[in-house]
Amino acid sequence: MNTTTEERVIDVTDLRRTYAGGFEAVRGITFHVGKGELFALLGTNGAGKTSTVELLEGLARPAAGQVRILGHDPYAERTAVRPRIGVMLQEGGFPAELTVAETVRMWAGCTSGARPLGEALELVGLAKRAGVRVKQLSGGEKRRLDLALALLGRPEVLFLDEPTTGLDAEGRAETWELVRELRDRGTTVLLTTHYLEEAESLAERLAILHEGEIAATGTPAEVTASQPSRISFELPEGYFVGDLPPLAGLGVTGHDVVGRTVQLRTPELQRAATGLLLWAQQAGVELRGLDVRSASLEEAFLQIARDMRGGEHGDAHAVRTKETVA
Amino acid sequence: MSTLDRGMSALTTPAGRLAALSRAELTLLGRNKSVLVTALVIPLILPFTVQTTLKESALEGTGVQIGEVILTAAVGFALLFAVYNAVTTVFVVRREELVFKRLRTGELRDLEILTGAALPSVLIGLAQCVVVTVGAALLLDLGAPAAVWWSVLGVLLGLGLCVTLAAATAGLSRTPESAQVMVLPLMFVSMIGSGMAVPLEVFPDRLASVLELLPLSPVMTLVRGGWTGELPASEALTALVVAVAWIVLSVFAVRRWFRWEPRR
Repeated sequence: MNTTTEERVIDVTDLRRTYAGGFEAVRGITFHVGKGELFALLGTNGAGKTSTVELLEGLARPAAGQVRILGHDPYAERTAVRPRIGVMLQEGGFPAELTVAETVRMWAGCTSGARPLGEALELVGLAKRAGVRVKQLSGGEKRRLDLALALLGRPEVLFLDEPTTGLDAEGRAETWELVRELRDRGTTVLLTTHYLEEAESLAERLAILHEGEIAATGTPAEVTASQPSRISFELPEGYFVGDLPPLAGLGVTGHDVVGRTVQLRTPELQRAATGLLLWAQQAGVELRGLDVRSASLEEAFLQIARDMRGGEHGDAHAVRTKETVA
Repeated sequence: MSTLDRGMSALTTPAGRLAALSRAELTLLGRNKSVLVTALVIPLILPFTVQTTLKESALEGTGVQIGEVILTAAVGFALLFAVYNAVTTVFVVRREELVFKRLRTGELRDLEILTGAALPSVLIGLAQCVVVTVGAALLLDLGAPAAVWWSVLGVLLGLGLCVTLAAATAGLSRTPESAQVMVLPLMFVSMIGSGMAVPLEVFPDRLASVLELLPLSPVMTLVRGGWTGELPASEALTALVVAVAWIVLSVFAVRRWFRWEPRR
């Protein structure tokens, strides 16, 4: 990735955000997004996604660190940045008693180079709802109205905070298609989501946020590759973990035992699986519940969430009882 | 990377943005029947209840004409109901609907958002001040104002004061319902103590000089003084200082308490 500073449309350095009560929601994150790139911020609720995006949008001043959008400070140089960006908040607010058309018209009066009303509504499939009051829209329609306003000024940079939350499968697919089209036409997009398939299918690069820090970043393939593949099975009756062949010799880098279920982690899935199955065949035992799966973004994401919750209060999946099956 | 990337598309102007926002707010005001009735009807009715409650005898020896009291009261009620109460409600509702937060992501500046949201109510308040004063003057045979610039200045200060006080009150109100309660202290205190329902001349001198320091008292003094022409320069100056002090104070309160988003 040899993007020069000029091509960095979004440039974030050691960014921190602290709320009035002292809670540090963003704890020193650094990333950049190149022109025309689609970058996803993934994270569980409370990971700091929205807190980060609000700093990039210039809604708040960071406690420390630096944000540059198109080369400008989005908070201090708001007038230089705003006409060139489009924003869709996680929870958009529109007066309930205005119609869709009135809302767009009002927003158009406040947006440089606004698209015509009809085009804006056509874009998000709301043309037939132009005369309907906002309070009568479904949750999904409100999200699409929000998206229409974010796209109204043909922005160079688009910030989408959970754009498909509340949409049905069809609406989500349509939004993805629209976002892809925009990206193909050169719009730089920063998207937050907790839908992994959304990040996987849309993003060129992504960062997984975890307690205000970037836990993993790269292309979806890179992030996935950083996580081990998994093999899980039930220990046969009368067998212990110690009866398995030497795990390190199979390329296994770690294992958990919950009850009688063993889970092995390995970067070399074929080698570990072959070794395990050969052992089972030779021992003449059946490995019930055998599940062999290569790493996925979902695994990577869950692993990070699990690490966060690990320790004393781990949930059923995260309880680690290493070498304690007797 | 330069601003040339946008091609020929023209940038918005503050006036254009303000017009777009105010137009939407005016539409919304027209659809909110309860706020509309409060803003339009009450200031037209209330002044005449003053006439029935305030007996001529109470004004005896004060040199105050009842017509002037009613006219001043009319302006005061217009400011309180059409501007202060309405704008407080608009600010709280827009904040709680997350409209303010959404608007702040766009090209509008903070002051434009507040001005645009308040503008329809301010214009209605201004129109009412004109209608009620002209109406009162004609109905009560008051004749033309002697020093109209003082009255105009008083109304303008009153409008500015009511909007900043509304923003401060909105900052202290968590919900639109609680805003309806939060506006009451200023409304009651102003009606009774600022020379609206009861002229300050009726009170003992010492109390009256304290009441002159209330937020809307200088506005009432200027409006009435402009009409009667009996406003010594020193009194006018005091009124101006008090009004400006209240505006400064409420701007501080807005900076301290006003919120763009609901509390979580």
